[in-house]
Amino acid sequence: MNKDSNSYTLIYASVMVILVAFVLAFASEALRPQQAKNEEIDKMRQILAAINIPSTNNNAEELYSQYIVNTYNVNALGEKTEGDPFSTELENELRKPEEQRYYSVYEANIEGKTKYILSLRGAGLWGALWGFVSLNEDKDTVYGIVFGHEGETPGLGAEISQNSFAQQFVNKRIFNRSGEFVSIAIVKPGKTAQGQDYVDGISGGTITSNGVDVMIKSSLKAYESFLIKK
Amino acid sequence: MGLLSSKNKSILFNPLAKENPITVQMLGVCSALAVTSKLEPSIVMAASVIAVISIANVVISLLRNTIPSRIRIIVQLVVVAALVSVINEVLKAFAYDVSKQLSVFIGLIITNCIVMGRLEAFALGNKPWPAFLDGLGNGAGYGIILIIVGFFRELLGSGTLFGYQVIPDKLYELGYENNGLMILPPMALIVVACIIWVQRARNKSLQEEK
Repeated sequence: MNKDSNSYTLIYASVMVILVAFVLAFASEALRPQQAKNEEIDKMRQILAAINIPSTNNNAEELYSQYIVNTYNVNALGEKTEGDPFSTELENELRKPEEQRYYSVYEANIEGKTKYILSLRGAGLWGALWGFVSLNEDKDTVYGIVFGHEGETPGLGAEISQNSFAQQFVNKRIFNRSGEFVSIAIVKPGKTAQGQDYVDGISGGTITSNGVDVMIKSSLKAYESFLIKK
Repeated sequence: MGLLSSKNKSILFNPLAKENPITVQMLGVCSALAVTSKLEPSIVMAASVIAVISIANVVISLLRNTIPSRIRIIVQLVVVAALVSVINEVLKAFAYDVSKQLSVFIGLIITNCIVMGRLEAFALGNKPWPAFLDGLGNGAGYGIILIIVGFFRELLGSGTLFGYQVIPDKLYELGYENNGLMILPPMALIVVACIIWVQRARNKSLQEEK
């Protein structure tokens, strides 16, 4: 058979592509339930991390049901609505017109005190950023925060997922003294921000730090009406 | 022919030093810069490249007599891309934490010129077993450099190894400071250059004649 003929080349290419497509489709379908489970556990672990509860892949579900006492969606007016918050992705909601959006809220019970856990979503240098922030009962001071990223530079922007970065946010306030929403600023180490609480950014990770700053501001802004309701 | 005849041995071990893909052949330097600011991703990347390059080499070697020469690059690309995607799916299902870490690097493997280079230069003309050894050797030669660079960059740039602090606090009190430049990509080039310098100084056969 002539390997250089057009028909051989065409048939070879088609067969190869179809075979590869089948292999990929099969791998993707066969592994999907396991992957979905992993993603769910990962989300639970992040929510737990936002209230400073360390967890492992094995005990995440147990701890989640132990600490998270109530979950619901709120709309742009801050009213509770129907829907499953666990499957509500802030990323998708932010694309909708404001009146159709739903924001997920998780209530945790830590030593008898209620903590509100809210979703964060934004963009860094290379890809998406996300996170969960937990606020104390006053819906103002931060109790804990956790950040995740799709692919920030290791050693630079990726440092936002380190605990040492997240711990800076604890007890910072997102409202100023006159009760206006101001968010928490991320500044270059050594600099300060006027009229709002601030934390140090990552040296060498300026774009990621700015991304976190914008993410916290825009995500919490979406929850503003819920946060104002006492 | 034994499993490791002298020819196969040189196929396996030459890429570690004398024909090292990064320091001698200057392939795959770009990904070596991107992932080596910490030791751990360097090791994970090294392992993934070794896996992908050896399996791809075997697959291409098995297919070598059927591949039409006009579309051979595309065939190689499809094989590598398919392999990387399957590995990515498997990692997501069974090693979720590792896959989260790897997310960006997975894509980098497809574009790694070492993989394509070995497929084109070796697997297309050799039997599966030597092709496998060639993949293993070149992957390891790449990995060694990555790990050496990652080691120095994390140690001098952050004062840690695998995220644990190894430089004692006393030293910091004496005025020692982490070199922030080490974390930035240009320093990877300089560290690679230092490795090349040492290697050439010790190995006369690598030096160009004047």
